[in-house]
Amino acid sequence: MAETLLELDGLTLSFDTSSGPHDVLHGISLSVRRGEIVALVGESGSGKSVTARIILGLLQRLRSVRVGGSARLAGRELLTLRQSALRELRGRDISMIFQDPVNSLNPVYTIGHQFRDILRRADPRLSRSAARARALAALAEVMIEDPERVLDSYPFQLSGGMNQRVMIGMALANEPRLLLADEPGTALDVTVQARTLELMHALVRRHGTSVLFISHNLGVVREFADRIYVIYRGRIVETGPTAALFADPRHPYTRALLQSVPRLTGGGLPDIPERADFSAPLEVHPEQPSTEEAR
Amino acid sequence: MGAFFDRIFGVDSWYRFRRDPLGRIGLLIVGLVVLAAAFAPLVAPYPEHAGAFIDFGNANAAPSAGNIMGTDMMGRDIFSRILFGYRISLGMAVMVVSIAACVGVSLGLVAGYFGGIWDMLVMRVTDMFLAVPPLVLAMAVMGLLAPTLTNAMLAVTVMWWPWYTRLAYNLSRSVAREGYVLAAEIMGASRRHLLFREILPNILPTMMTKMALDLGFVILIASSLSFLGLGVQPPTPDLGSMVAEGAQYLPDSWWLVAFPALAILFVVLGFNFIGDALRSAIEQSR
Repeated sequence: MAETLLELDGLTLSFDTSSGPHDVLHGISLSVRRGEIVALVGESGSGKSVTARIILGLLQRLRSVRVGGSARLAGRELLTLRQSALRELRGRDISMIFQDPVNSLNPVYTIGHQFRDILRRADPRLSRSAARARALAALAEVMIEDPERVLDSYPFQLSGGMNQRVMIGMALANEPRLLLADEPGTALDVTVQARTLELMHALVRRHGTSVLFISHNLGVVREFADRIYVIYRGRIVETGPTAALFADPRHPYTRALLQSVPRLTGGGLPDIPERADFSAPLEVHPEQPSTEEAR
Repeated sequence: MGAFFDRIFGVDSWYRFRRDPLGRIGLLIVGLVVLAAAFAPLVAPYPEHAGAFIDFGNANAAPSAGNIMGTDMMGRDIFSRILFGYRISLGMAVMVVSIAACVGVSLGLVAGYFGGIWDMLVMRVTDMFLAVPPLVLAMAVMGLLAPTLTNAMLAVTVMWWPWYTRLAYNLSRSVAREGYVLAAEIMGASRRHLLFREILPNILPTMMTKMALDLGFVILIASSLSFLGLGVQPPTPDLGSMVAEGAQYLPDSWWLVAFPALAILFVVLGFNFIGDALRSAIEQSR
């Protein structure tokens, strides 16, 4: 089995408020192996997005935030890393795809300019023409028809779907080891979202990139993820390979989630009223030994 | 020019600015004034009247073919003196606005982005400056220093930078919350990159609009200071002091006041037109 790239172990998060500490994560443990697509699924407010922010080191610097446990990237502890060291990782080893592609690109620069900035973070001496060549290649990879025109365009001159592809191209431009995808494309319409997700899926498979896919859309997760973690109120309640989990959901919350899924538009999870049995202990589906290992 | 303009103010903003009659008139006025000031020694009918020239034989003469705006109490041609007065007004306006904008934008950017102690420190000092009535502040500075052109500029700059700080602070706080700033940070951008490459270009159009408008206002304030006798001293031709000197002879020698005052109005109007046209061009381009 491939080695572990990202490992969260007993990750806790609490905010200091006027009425005492407010716990958001109660010890999250999960792992992502090399080349694996792992989904973290839960309703909004369950703590899935803050998990991504902790991995990126964006939350720890706030004074009212207490983070415990450990988060390791290829064995290196991220939680105690200094901001400057984290900055070295961002955009190179870890990168991210966002919910709203249009708002994630600076309106005053052309796509080509923004590509160059990102590429130069990994290689500061990259020449203008070399950066352009690499950007063109990256855009061709995300199936953009006329990359020359797109490079010279401003974000608002392109469609939402086009911007999303550009974002994917940028996120993968420096060949990151880990890609965090925070509900990519939820700001786009459903068909465009589906197409860009397929594209992303094909690309990360080709590059062997590990992905932590954060979503509230079970339909999307079922199609793309190798393994799933279901998170509820800051706790992982069920985990296992995608097929096993969908075939035999054991935790009451997962079952409630699955029963509420059939919505064609996939606009997210409906609010599930709280139930006492949602606090049942973690359910783990054993993993089938992979064919490589059996050999 | 057009490409540079579009880079700062947004796509097609140059086209919109040019099509706006207000922008055209403003550009025309300011262009005329700048040219006249730059070539004052060539354009002015009596360039020697800019200094300490005395011709009592032709003093206090009403506008005529020889002196189209009349002469002052020393017999100097008012039109010539206005052209030379523009040199001082424009130079002062450009200096004051550039210094105030540089200081104000840097401080506002830092306070707005980093927040915390920086926010406290910078914005409270700014508040202190803003709490004093501007003209009083400038008068206080001028009272302490000798009334020279440099000190007048200093005094106006001291009262001007807090406005830029406050505007830059508020703008950068809202821009800092934009998705693309967070996205850039997540993609590994340094703090310097975030401040100067992500946030600054997005607040620049608004800052530039304010600068265009302020060029006119600085001329007004500088003229007010000279009017109060705290600015440039005679015999240097200054529009404000020309109005002040002439005011003693109203209403009989109306040309002493009317033409310098109109000259101030003219250039301030020009800058205001440009500022307004810029603002609407930006609004349509974003």
